[in-house]
Amino acid sequence: MDKTIGSLAEAVSKIDDGSVVMIGGFGGSGAPIELIHALIDRFKATQHPKELTVVNNNAGNGKIGIAAMIELGMVRKMVCSFPRSYDPKAFSEAYLRGDVDLELVPQGTLAERIRAGGAGIPAFFTPTSYGTELAEGKQIQEFDGKPFVMERWLKADFSLVKADKADQHGNLCYHLAARNFNPLMCMAAEHTIVQAREIVAPGQIDPEHIITPGLFVDVVVEVPEPIQEEDMIRAGEEYV
Amino acid sequence: MTLPKLSNAQMAWRAAQDITDGAYVNLGIGLPEQIAKFQLEGRHITYHTENGILGFGPAPEKGREDWDLINAGKKAVTLKPGAALFHHADSFAMVRGGHLDLAVLGAYQIAQTGDLANWRVGSKGVPAVGGAMDLVHGAKRVAVITDHVTKDDKPKLVEKCTFPLTGVGCISRIYTSLAVVDIEDGRFVLKEKVPSLTFDQLQSLTGAKLHTTGNVTDLIAPELDQ
Repeated sequence: MDKTIGSLAEAVSKIDDGSVVMIGGFGGSGAPIELIHALIDRFKATQHPKELTVVNNNAGNGKIGIAAMIELGMVRKMVCSFPRSYDPKAFSEAYLRGDVDLELVPQGTLAERIRAGGAGIPAFFTPTSYGTELAEGKQIQEFDGKPFVMERWLKADFSLVKADKADQHGNLCYHLAARNFNPLMCMAAEHTIVQAREIVAPGQIDPEHIITPGLFVDVVVEVPEPIQEEDMIRAGEEYV
Repeated sequence: MTLPKLSNAQMAWRAAQDITDGAYVNLGIGLPEQIAKFQLEGRHITYHTENGILGFGPAPEKGREDWDLINAGKKAVTLKPGAALFHHADSFAMVRGGHLDLAVLGAYQIAQTGDLANWRVGSKGVPAVGGAMDLVHGAKRVAVITDHVTKDDKPKLVEKCTFPLTGVGCISRIYTSLAVVDIEDGRFVLKEKVPSLTFDQLQSLTGAKLHTTGNVTDLIAPELDQ
């Protein structure tokens, strides 16, 4: 079994119009920028995929990554907790024009919805957002005398994930806090696409150090010197 | 009149006095995170950040940042000995599971019932919530650090929030630029106030009735660099 795939273009070739795509990372940390840009390359060449629903904690910064996807018109809807971090102009303008919908989700609820999606749990109850406008229309139930809000699982057609080290079976390790949403998104997608700085033979990662078991991963592509989104933004780079 | 307010650093200093040895704490972006600068000597406090770190330390030297090691405010941080890394669902299990001892957040308004409004001021613009709605229901104690009044001297401590809520009945203590106020049984109870304001003057700057249940002590902070 070898889940390694030869190129970034091939890795993202199956993502079609209207897909729900989870994209790992928290800001630039753990953002699979090369996979995103490979998807953008495909869009520039073919005008597909478009009408995407993108799930990410944020909604892109500057003119690269998710922000570039939005600016190019690939995205119909964002599901995120904080679409207003550093230089979020691409999303803000598209949202205020009505070109992109927003489903705003509290960050912990977002993480748990994705985890639930991966774990086969269709709904769960949480105190988060009770009594706020983000709970409007949602089922409320009391447990042990306290009110809780029902939240649904969140699943995706595809996940784009950044790992540090992978083996050919798709077992993954992450670098520092670049882990964030990545392991959850691996679990919640029909088809999980991973970029890893290094791909090694099975057995070369200590099983005790594996964070994401390869069962959750479909394909892995090696990106030996991944770019940091933060460095690109600081350098004023664009990918639109 | 010019109000005899504590500076932001002095407010952060005051909040830091209450953080006990061994506590696991989440400090919100902005003013709350300044509290870490005034951690008392001899107290070991472990800071949590939503994106998956327990035990992070101050920013590294310029040029030595690793952009995979950031805090919730997307600023580069460092790891202290004994730090731990984990994914987002574990991070919020720490929050929602009631494992954090304290969360300190900023505020637009706090109601006497402990309701907090701190994520948006109306229905215009782009809304963003982050982890605030999770934090207010997870930590064992949730405190607020804020100026006592708005920029145009309107009360931020009110009977009922008019801005969209972050959480209902979730705040237990407020550190303001003029006072320390607890929320007990759906009312504001004044614990400390700056000595140069009378109770009545402070009441006039507060949008709901201030109660007392014992001595109100003087809120005095040392002179601090901003």
